[in-house]
Amino acid sequence: MNYSQFFSMIPEVSLLAIFVAILIFDLVATGRYRRMFHAMVCLLIIPHVYVCMEFGGKEQTLFGGMYYTNSMIALMKAMLTFGSALVILQAHRWLRSTHTYYKQGEFYILLLSTLVGMYFMLSARHFLLFYIGMELASLPLACLVAFDKYRHHSAEAGIKYVLTSMFASAAMLYGISFLYGTTGTLYFDDMIAGITGSPMQIFAMVMFFSGLGFKISLVPFHLWTADSYQGAPTVVTAYLSVISKGAAVFTLFTILTKVFAPMTAQWQLMLYILIVASITIANLFAIKQTNLKRFMAFSSISQAGYIMLAVIGGTAQGMSSMVYYILVYIVANLAVFGIIETIEHAKEGEIVRDDCNGLYKTNPRLSLLMTLALFSLAGIPPFAGFFSKFFVFMSAFDAGFIVLVFIALINTVISLYYYLLIVKAMYITPNDNPIPHVKCDLFARISLGACLLGIILLGICSFVYIGIDKLTF
Amino acid sequence: MNILNLFVLIPLVMLFALWLCRNIKQIRTVMVAGSTLLLALSVYLTIDFIALRSAGVTAPQLYCNSWSWFPSLNICYSIGVDGISVAMLLLSSIIVFTGTFASWNIKPQTKEFFLWYVLLSLGVYGFFITTDMFAMFMFYETALIPMYLLIGVWGSGKKEYSAMKLTLMLMGGSAFLLMGILGIYYGSGATTMNIHEIAQLNNIPTDIQYIFFPLTFIGFGVLGALFPFHTWSPDGHASAPTSVSMLHAGVLMKLGGYGCFRIAMYLLPQAANDLAWIFIILTTISVVYGALSAISQTDLKYINAYSSVSHCGLVLFAILMMTQTSCTGAILQMLSHGLMTALFFALIGMIYGRTHTRDIRQMQGLMKIMPFLAVGYVIAGLANLGLPGFSGFIAEMTIFVGAFMVDDTFHRAVTIIACTSIVITAVYILRVVGKILYGEPTNEEHKKLSDATWDERFTVICLVICVAGLGIAPMWVSDLINSGVGDIITNLRP
Repeated sequence: MNYSQFFSMIPEVSLLAIFVAILIFDLVATGRYRRMFHAMVCLLIIPHVYVCMEFGGKEQTLFGGMYYTNSMIALMKAMLTFGSALVILQAHRWLRSTHTYYKQGEFYILLLSTLVGMYFMLSARHFLLFYIGMELASLPLACLVAFDKYRHHSAEAGIKYVLTSMFASAAMLYGISFLYGTTGTLYFDDMIAGITGSPMQIFAMVMFFSGLGFKISLVPFHLWTADSYQGAPTVVTAYLSVISKGAAVFTLFTILTKVFAPMTAQWQLMLYILIVASITIANLFAIKQTNLKRFMAFSSISQAGYIMLAVIGGTAQGMSSMVYYILVYIVANLAVFGIIETIEHAKEGEIVRDDCNGLYKTNPRLSLLMTLALFSLAGIPPFAGFFSKFFVFMSAFDAGFIVLVFIALINTVISLYYYLLIVKAMYITPNDNPIPHVKCDLFARISLGACLLGIILLGICSFVYIGIDKLTF
Repeated sequence: MNILNLFVLIPLVMLFALWLCRNIKQIRTVMVAGSTLLLALSVYLTIDFIALRSAGVTAPQLYCNSWSWFPSLNICYSIGVDGISVAMLLLSSIIVFTGTFASWNIKPQTKEFFLWYVLLSLGVYGFFITTDMFAMFMFYETALIPMYLLIGVWGSGKKEYSAMKLTLMLMGGSAFLLMGILGIYYGSGATTMNIHEIAQLNNIPTDIQYIFFPLTFIGFGVLGALFPFHTWSPDGHASAPTSVSMLHAGVLMKLGGYGCFRIAMYLLPQAANDLAWIFIILTTISVVYGALSAISQTDLKYINAYSSVSHCGLVLFAILMMTQTSCTGAILQMLSHGLMTALFFALIGMIYGRTHTRDIRQMQGLMKIMPFLAVGYVIAGLANLGLPGFSGFIAEMTIFVGAFMVDDTFHRAVTIIACTSIVITAVYILRVVGKILYGEPTNEEHKKLSDATWDERFTVICLVICVAGLGIAPMWVSDLINSGVGDIITNLRP
């Protein structure tokens, strides 16, 4: 066994180093040093984005083909790290509250361990490594969801998450075992030779898919989403909605095109149905939601449906538009959650839509950012979301799914309606005592500022998309 | 440096400057400076364009430039204008300029109002200068979304309902449109998004054209108030603040007609020829139904909004006739309707600002109270019903002459039906003028009201000069747009 292979996995190893540093700091730091904890973590994690991009990009295969990386995977890891950094930045105020202050270290460690899990999911070329990565990305998340354990809702959400998550991964394991049974291997590269599209393999694929479908929260695997999103601490909800989803979508794309390539017709049919169901059902449910986090849960289900439009073609263009969509989705969604987190603190309770009434009077900047983020989610130009939606539609249209694109387009109008409801609440609906002016702390400002820049510039400055496009395949 | 880029850059600079503004004086300075600059620019462009054309430059598009934007998807930021777009740019600058003065005293949140207003005009300018379908669509949607906040925050009446209805219907239209654009792009072999290159390729299979022509035409037609997708228009116009109504009816609705002509018909000529009859019937209904609805309304803005449905229907009607004369008439009608409807909405806004009612049953004898506004209203009305000497006459005359040139029974019959709208227009215009302007003032409150202030007079005078100018000397506009129309007609009728 050649141990130098471990050091070839630079993103994972350096993240583990950060991990160890945090653990040691948590043990030894007391008193006033503890106050620097958050700043230190941010200073460690932000350069790590650069490390992922710069040193993780070399194409290589390790451990006899179990682990594979190239520049696209490195970019994806960097994006997820970037998103996690934004989430951590936003968490500052919440982490300083009395109930969480003493377990600050646990939060970072749990969060980063899920990130390591996602790294392995992205890089896995063997179902065993993939499964371990997936579990590593799920179990700590359950702890995070239940992090506010004194709060009834949070604990309940944690239980809900862990139960459904276990159920989904059991189904997935069942599927993998069938695949192993029919092909005799767990390596992605070898398995493709044994895939014939027999009924048993279709069954295996559906079972396998349900596991990832749970992570992406596609209809009909979405039932946990609204409750968990509502109950979890807002930063954890933000993390669930973008980072964990992004990793799962990318992995799904890899597996569908690498392993299940001979069964393209079958999984395209399955995805077709799931996309229509996800987008339509989630949109219809979102209209009725008043709790903002529940609302964002349904919005994120429908967004997942849009991302799957890029997956269904399985083309190179689909790959680049999917990665681009995830990037744009990260900044837009995290902006919304950052604002929810901020005003939640001011109100000291859950935010319903009526709380936003008249927000523009007291918090013009936050409202403007919220408006831009919602416009971006709805796909309104000149914000980044328009470009990402357009490219996703193009890739599905290119693959011949014309009716599907049409259904998705009609749904964008519905989604615009419910996003506009929030805009309307902030700008138009009169309110005598809106939420008072909130002053963001430095960390939240940096995070929201980065989101704002992303929303405005990611689309118009085309080099981002061009850069992603160059890395595809 | 391409001069057309300034049409996008100046609004961008204005947005940035407005963001920095601290008080109302600075805001007004920025707005007046910016919109004057844009007006001067478009006047210069018009003169230069006519000079180039008369010097014998025959290229279909002038001032062309193209920058690669998303190369792997063949998306470019390409710009270029022909006579039609130059005319539209001129119209937009006039409306934006006068609209600034019409919203001189807008309250509250003046800064935000102008921010969205400038974003809206940015979308409009961008739409007219680009020749790339993606960029065009992007600017098109950029122009639509500020309407929601402009109507929702600063509007009147049932503004929330109207704003939502307008936004959703127009966005629904653009969902159709996006399908059409993708269909055209992939139908023509997915090599270019540039309109003129696609038109030259002219290789979209007929069955694909049959699917995507209706989608594209309806997509733009929603904004052009095509029956039965016009229902957003009366509510939207009635609830919008004055300058937004002006910009919306004056310019934004023209985006629909322009897009139908430039994208739907130019790029899908075979289907346009074969399926035109369906849309001709729909537009004829628009023309007559809009005018008839206007008769039964009692709210001044609703009357004008239905009148807009009728007149914009006439634009679509004319381009579907596909003769050189009728299409020239359509462009003239866009200009003429843009100017006179802006004048109308400006005057209605000014009258409403004084009387606080738009119900024609509650106003009488305004001529004695506010003679300036009343005379302006009469002029606008006469222009609207097509009195010779004003722009409306030239436009409608050209349209109907052009439409009658198509020599088969169906086209002649619908032309005759559409002609009746002229008479119906006279009914509702004269009825309103007689009802609210003449007679003795009965309402004691109204007798204390004052006439127009300087900024209002300025707006009205500018627009009246334009309306009359276009009516008295229309030939230069015909020169301007002839070659542009000719290109598209050649593509349609090979």
